[in-house]
Amino acid sequence: MGEHHGPMKGIKRWLFATNHKDIGAMYLWFSFIMFLTGGFMAMIIRAELMYPGLQLVDPNFFNQMTTTHGLIMVFGAVMPAFVGLANYMVPMMIGAPDMALPRLNNWSFWILPFAFSLLIIAIIQSFLGIADAPNFGWTFYAPLSTKYGPASTDFFIFSVHMMGISSIMGAVNVIVTIFNLRAPGMTLMKMPLFVWTWLITAFLLIAVMPVLAGAVTMMLTDRHFGTSFFDAAGGGDPVLFQHVFWFFGHPEVYIMILPAFGIVSAIIPTFARKPLFGYASMVYATASIAFLSFLVWAHHMFTVGLPLAGNLFYMYMTMLIAVPTGVKVFNWVATMWKGSMTFEVPMLFSIAFVVLFTIGGFSGLMLAITPVDQQYHDTYFVVAHFHYVLVSGAVFSIVAGVYYWLPKWTGRMYNVGLAKLHFWASLIFVNLLFFPMHFVGLAGMPRRYSDYSLQFADFNWWISIGGFGFGLSQLILLWILIDVCFRKKGESVSDQVWDGAEGLEWTLPSPAPYHSFTTPPVVK
Amino acid sequence: MTEQHSVQQANRKLIKKLSLIVVGMFIFAVGVLPPMYDAICDITGLNGKTDNEAASAEDAVVVEDRMVTIQFLANTDPAMPWDFKPNTFSVKVHPGQIQKVDFHVRNPTTQLIVGQAIPSVSPAQATPYFKKTECFCFQSQELNGGEEMDMPLIFYVDPELPKSVRTITLSYQLYDITKSTDTDSLAAK
Repeated sequence: MGEHHGPMKGIKRWLFATNHKDIGAMYLWFSFIMFLTGGFMAMIIRAELMYPGLQLVDPNFFNQMTTTHGLIMVFGAVMPAFVGLANYMVPMMIGAPDMALPRLNNWSFWILPFAFSLLIIAIIQSFLGIADAPNFGWTFYAPLSTKYGPASTDFFIFSVHMMGISSIMGAVNVIVTIFNLRAPGMTLMKMPLFVWTWLITAFLLIAVMPVLAGAVTMMLTDRHFGTSFFDAAGGGDPVLFQHVFWFFGHPEVYIMILPAFGIVSAIIPTFARKPLFGYASMVYATASIAFLSFLVWAHHMFTVGLPLAGNLFYMYMTMLIAVPTGVKVFNWVATMWKGSMTFEVPMLFSIAFVVLFTIGGFSGLMLAITPVDQQYHDTYFVVAHFHYVLVSGAVFSIVAGVYYWLPKWTGRMYNVGLAKLHFWASLIFVNLLFFPMHFVGLAGMPRRYSDYSLQFADFNWWISIGGFGFGLSQLILLWILIDVCFRKKGESVSDQVWDGAEGLEWTLPSPAPYHSFTTPPVVK
Repeated sequence: MTEQHSVQQANRKLIKKLSLIVVGMFIFAVGVLPPMYDAICDITGLNGKTDNEAASAEDAVVVEDRMVTIQFLANTDPAMPWDFKPNTFSVKVHPGQIQKVDFHVRNPTTQLIVGQAIPSVSPAQATPYFKKTECFCFQSQELNGGEEMDMPLIFYVDPELPKSVRTITLSYQLYDITKSTDTDSLAAK
């Protein structure tokens, strides 16, 4: 074997990377950098909203902050983090040497820095006072983004195209790897749940990312080539944009939560020392959630004037999703029931995930009810809802996954004391940050404004304190990662790492070898 | 080696199938969804767009014991400099009764401008029952600088209008289409 199979030296190892662990690591670091960047924008938003009135930034820049914060967190932080975990873990979990399409893998990663540079260039331009950055919200509704969008909207369109291409290639790679590279004996119904949820997520990605590409393409032709898809003056309809966008957008939110279900389903059995309760029902629940996600998009549009039958259909379909989701939550609780539980850091984050994600799910159910949505629509209640499912849901699961597999990746245990501090600080501040948003939302505070009425003042001060606290807490994670990855601190761990852990990845040495399984393991 | 070869072949096959889904979904988004949306709106009147062809009033029967209030709104696009307002803001009509109202426009600039009005009816369920036998929105309108005129709308409400609808709002948005007038079929759309 020798030199030929080792990694290349220096920067070339990363530029020409085809190894699933190298690419997975780059994805994860990239997403962490984006998480901090988007988080910094959130800090500007919360600093402005700490007191009523305009203090720090002008309303136009505020809108640019909310827009890019959303785009960076969705497409730059959460999605690449899951793709990174899939790259790293899927081959190790199914007994494969690497991903099936390593060069495609390299390409799908290296598109991302360019895509996000385009977005960030627009923000820097705006900061220097040269030109406006996109300021129409992450949902970029027409005609705000078509007729009234700033010139940099074209940067944004190109950037979204590149993100889409990257996601599609990543998804194709995951599907091909799972279908063709499983170890002998690894039948579909023996796959770990993380692999299952990612397989279904990958199908969602290849089904809806092209729809997003279609939406931005229609925007582009409306802006520059004289079409009128979304322009009423030429016979089009701006509401069509919302239909196309949410046809992509609702499956997209499940793209950001299904892999989280997989991670938590790996961690809870380990620290409850019991096998996952209801494995098959978990698989079917995931598949039903994915299927239903295509039938609920108009619940984002209850106030556009849908007919009664449409409102009822989308309301019932949305509520139906609570059934498979409930199956999952009960299965996690049943897995913990009478287990020999211990509370290592990944388990702490997973339990917090189950509790806080369920809160986000309940507020989602409230929003699903058409008549009350008329009140909640476009208020901070919606902001509270989707931050509960995305921050204390998706982000907590990613952090749980990192704390769970990091010793396997590096061969060393991270600083557990600091990690626990990171957990408790995150838990307290995330609730201080997002829970009061429910109240100000119900009281009528609209989202996406740089100012608010005086009666919301005290709540917003506390929300901002929660925001700063949560933001600073993430620097603890940054330090833990630098400490264990670059300063090489921490005690060596065994191959098993966690005594209750099961799965092929724990049969590999710690740190895992460069090529995962050069001879396929046999799964009984 | 042969095993590796067969895996590669299987990979290629699967990639081809998955790429087909990707291309198919893109075509679905750009080529199928918009026409489908237009068709659904056309049948149900959902987005409030009325027919762009003159309706025939021949078989309209006047229902004397029912009244419907029709309200008129006139707005201009921010890029459109014309003054635009209804001469009558609201009328009460019997279903089936033919009614004429005028909208007033004035071009306060010194240039010739071509305008196109886009109608929208609210509530959406009333859209298919709001029949126009003549409307200035069927064609584009031209005004020289400083000119003004009254533009007529003749309509009736179909007696089949659901009982729950007592008020119908007809809103016009007026757009400046001077730039695209030569090439285009905007008015026909």
